[in-house]
Amino acid sequence: MQIPVVRNILEANVVIAKELNKIFLQRKILALNLMSSPGAGKTTLLERTLADLKNEFKMAVIEGDVQTNNDARRVAATGAQALQINTDGGCHLDSSMVLEAVNKMNLEGVDILFIENVGNLVCPAEFSVGEDYKVTILSVAEGDDKPEKYPLIFAESRVMLLNKVDLLPYVDFNLERASNFARSLNKEIEIFPVSAKTGEGLDSWYDWLRQEVAKKKNL
Amino acid sequence: MHELSIAESLVAIIKEEMDKHDVTRLMKVKVKYGQISAIVPEALETAFQALTQGTRMEGAKLETEEIPLRARCRSCGKEFSPQGDDLYIMTCPFCQTEFGHEIVSGKELYIEEIEAE
Repeated sequence: MQIPVVRNILEANVVIAKELNKIFLQRKILALNLMSSPGAGKTTLLERTLADLKNEFKMAVIEGDVQTNNDARRVAATGAQALQINTDGGCHLDSSMVLEAVNKMNLEGVDILFIENVGNLVCPAEFSVGEDYKVTILSVAEGDDKPEKYPLIFAESRVMLLNKVDLLPYVDFNLERASNFARSLNKEIEIFPVSAKTGEGLDSWYDWLRQEVAKKKNL
Repeated sequence: MHELSIAESLVAIIKEEMDKHDVTRLMKVKVKYGQISAIVPEALETAFQALTQGTRMEGAKLETEEIPLRARCRSCGKEFSPQGDDLYIMTCPFCQTEFGHEIVSGKELYIEEIEAE
């Protein structure tokens, strides 16, 4: 017999993501899901952000990696609370992993929770982890065609950070082309060209964080 | 390779539906996925077969159907499906506005129906 079902295959993930979203709302924490390919500079950007804003906000980090706790140690060195999740081969974080991590953390007074996803431009885009926004980091060394090749992740992101702009003189990367592709399916995406190494452009990213923290507090 | 976790969720849903309808053998399952969802149907099939070995779902056919990308123009509001090379800059065929359009469909991932006895 034919049985009509019509159910979202990832409904279990969605249910837990909603639960997380509620926790973040109650505690008025801005939760950001950071995604990029491996080596785009997620952790460096995070270290810099945590160090530069540490007198302004209380921040915490969930580090997702296939193996090792190197990133959590790097982040903890800035003084922020950091918790490592190892996916043991898994290519993305899902909401149940993040819920488990959140339950182990002390979120008292935290303003921003950064959830650093596994380095990968494909899989993480499908799995909400209860975040307010997805933030995708693309480094200019990867090529300006990435938003065209991986449309979903850019369509789902509120922010695209174009990192390593200090390398622009040495690579063929057209900022306008990359930005246009990222905007093709996403009129709301904010694009910030930055260099986590030199600090260029970071002020705009920090202003966006300030604005969103304030918005979340007033919800 | 997130198809494995997707297949796990799929199997869990099918199991629930089979119990609910009191059926013991699965023949077919139909899945629909959007054009820009990050799904590789072949990988999903392989994962599904691997997960269902030795269960009442073993040997069932996994049928997949792609849902084309459709966008609503940010300036004239008309709906269109981008063609060929224009997939991602996306020029509206009615008013020529480029990018910034809203996705109407093409991101889905759901199980539509199962056939079982």
